[in-house]
Amino acid sequence: MSKKNENKVREPLFHIAKRNSMVWWKAWLIRGAAILASLVVCALIIVLLTKQNPLEVYASMFKGSFGTKRKVWILLQNMAILLCISLAVTPAFKMRFWNLGAEGQVLIGGLASAACMFYIGDRLPNLLLILIMFVASVLGGIIWGVIPAYFKAKWNTNESLFTLMMNYIAIQLVSFAIMVWVPSGSSVMGVINSSTSAGWIPDLFGKKYLFNILVVAAVTALMFVYLKYSKHGYELSVVGESENTARYIGINVKKVIIRTMVLSGAVCGLAGFLLVSGTNHTISKTLAGGNGFTAIMVSWLAKFNPILMILTSFLIVFLQRGAGEIATNFRLNESVADILTGVIIFFIIGCEFFINYEIKSTHAKHKEGK
Amino acid sequence: MKKVLALLLAAVLVFSFAACSGSKDTTTTAGADESTSAAPTDVDYSKVKVGLICLHDENSTYDNNFIQALKDTQTKLGLKDDQVLIKTNIPEDDKCLNAAQELADEGCNIIFADSFGHETYMMQAAKEFPEIQFCHATGTHAKTAELKNFHNAFAAIYEGRYLAGIAAGMKLNEMIKDGKIKADEAKIGYVGAFNYAEVVSGLTSFFLGARSVCESATMKVTYTNSWFDIALEREAALSLIKDGCVLISQHADSEGAPKACEEKKVPNVAYNIDTSSMGPNTALISSKINWSPYYELAITAVAKGEEFATDWCGTLATGSVQLTKLNEAVAAEGTQAALDEAIAKLEKGELKVFDTATFTVDGKALESYKADVIPDEKFEKDTEVIKDGVFCESDVDGMRSAPYFDIMYIDGISEK
Repeated sequence: MSKKNENKVREPLFHIAKRNSMVWWKAWLIRGAAILASLVVCALIIVLLTKQNPLEVYASMFKGSFGTKRKVWILLQNMAILLCISLAVTPAFKMRFWNLGAEGQVLIGGLASAACMFYIGDRLPNLLLILIMFVASVLGGIIWGVIPAYFKAKWNTNESLFTLMMNYIAIQLVSFAIMVWVPSGSSVMGVINSSTSAGWIPDLFGKKYLFNILVVAAVTALMFVYLKYSKHGYELSVVGESENTARYIGINVKKVIIRTMVLSGAVCGLAGFLLVSGTNHTISKTLAGGNGFTAIMVSWLAKFNPILMILTSFLIVFLQRGAGEIATNFRLNESVADILTGVIIFFIIGCEFFINYEIKSTHAKHKEGK
Repeated sequence: MKKVLALLLAAVLVFSFAACSGSKDTTTTAGADESTSAAPTDVDYSKVKVGLICLHDENSTYDNNFIQALKDTQTKLGLKDDQVLIKTNIPEDDKCLNAAQELADEGCNIIFADSFGHETYMMQAAKEFPEIQFCHATGTHAKTAELKNFHNAFAAIYEGRYLAGIAAGMKLNEMIKDGKIKADEAKIGYVGAFNYAEVVSGLTSFFLGARSVCESATMKVTYTNSWFDIALEREAALSLIKDGCVLISQHADSEGAPKACEEKKVPNVAYNIDTSSMGPNTALISSKINWSPYYELAITAVAKGEEFATDWCGTLATGSVQLTKLNEAVAAEGTQAALDEAIAKLEKGELKVFDTATFTVDGKALESYKADVIPDEKFEKDTEVIKDGVFCESDVDGMRSAPYFDIMYIDGISEK
């Protein structure tokens, strides 16, 4: 009697099994369905909370990214920066090194560029200055990335906490630098060298953001090749799968950890350089604007594939830009738009479950068994 | 849990938003009341389109003050919703330039920005779109920028702060009289955002107001280095209270300090927002800049195709400097009468807030002071600002609207 009961408790209606693999078009069908479903839920939220027409809201969201030529450029620029930082964290993630310090690595890179603009901006020809800024930023990013990597390799410290804390140090350093450079004011640097434009990346073909976009496109291609076809790329994924295996086949794990974080930090530093020299021409505590953390999502969503990251970073930036547009056009607090973004991302992440696992009816299986 | 709370809060906000869109600010004014008079009927507003760029959103008392005033102005001038575009959460970097450019693309012919750090980006936009008027609140560059379409505006809020200070001083007197504190314990705590002229000018005028009625008053200042940080402002207020401050005021934009005061039952004087709902037992009064008169002036000028002031400073008389309704439950007896008297004197020019006879610096009276009025990269102290025994603050005739009183500090004030 009691045994029977136990059996009953142990047998849910469904059980979950890992799928072996799924044809690519089926996977994309599921993803498409998830996006559609999320739009339906969002529509409900829009109607219930704001009493607006959801179709108009979606149209406005779309216009936020594609409404004018300028909006398209802004979209591409924001995408380029987010993608660049996502590329930076990817090799570390593939190695199972949880680099949560991209925000700080970008900031330090930006700070290095800003310092060059501030101190030597009026003494050097622009091209040389920009070159020095580039090197300084990349070095800054490397230093900020390598410190936690060294501690991890040497004493096996927890890299998540370490990199996270490095962010705060970077923020305080920027704060301090601004206080030194601008002794009076509300901790706002303002545009650096606004009269001379020293250290500003010049417009390419009259387009302000084109340089940034091209650089990031190149980095994307290089990162793809590095991860997929180079020996380094292979080694770091082996370290990620199992450090013991890596050691067994003769990979120097410590070296790989440090080398990979040099790369990660360098690309973050590059992002900082692009933000300061190519985009903002200033430095602030919010330079990275949370992209250091959003990048983690971009990278994961794309399963660490640099080419897919173009798509996922587009998705995130598209949603962000749309959110701002909705807030302005419908006079909603931006939080509403953030809720919608949250719902859409939830569905997109959630649908991966159905791609990786299948749900089988336990009952049916039992019948077969008997 | 925090996320859930945040979501709930957002949902509540949305509901309240939907429920009371278009409802008016509940603030009542002690100053002049022109803002409720009818709109000029002979002006055609159908061609104007207004943009506003805000650093934060309605959750910040500072930005909310700008947003509500613009909505009020919209109602008064009869503008449609699509004639008034508001962009919130715009940081002080390239995104501000983008926001201004996008507003220009939308067809705005006048664009406002509310944060000090937006200025250089607004100036870039002004260069790019010479036919559009750009108005930057609290900025310092318009007078010297040589851009015809770039404007600054502020208000003589030091007068409002002074008045709020009088209410605070009277409260201190009451506490002394009731035996709650001794005369030498009349210590005020002040939570500032950043230690620069705008904040220093405000805290000094507030203190002078308080000391004009309570001679033994002293003040301790602390800074949060942020315009909006609920936790930091709360901590700052609590630590000042712990240090023996018996009354708190602030120049930072969250509800952190007023709520901490309500918790600790310490009287609080706020800025830009009526806090009596957050602290029914402690909120005394707030000084406030009402931006509506400036919006109306600038928008009307654009509608008529006329030029308007490069640098504009609102006053008590224009209705730009206001006090929120005095919380009688907290205020000392006779406060309203004292305020009315001081307002009358200020309007007549009989009373000057920064009268150098009323304060000393390092034990000496101030006879001459050069302030950094003209903005430059070296922060040079360039202009004599003391005339006839008065530190002439926010004087648009000779200087500029944005405050330049940056003496840290006059005797009686110290930093924590």
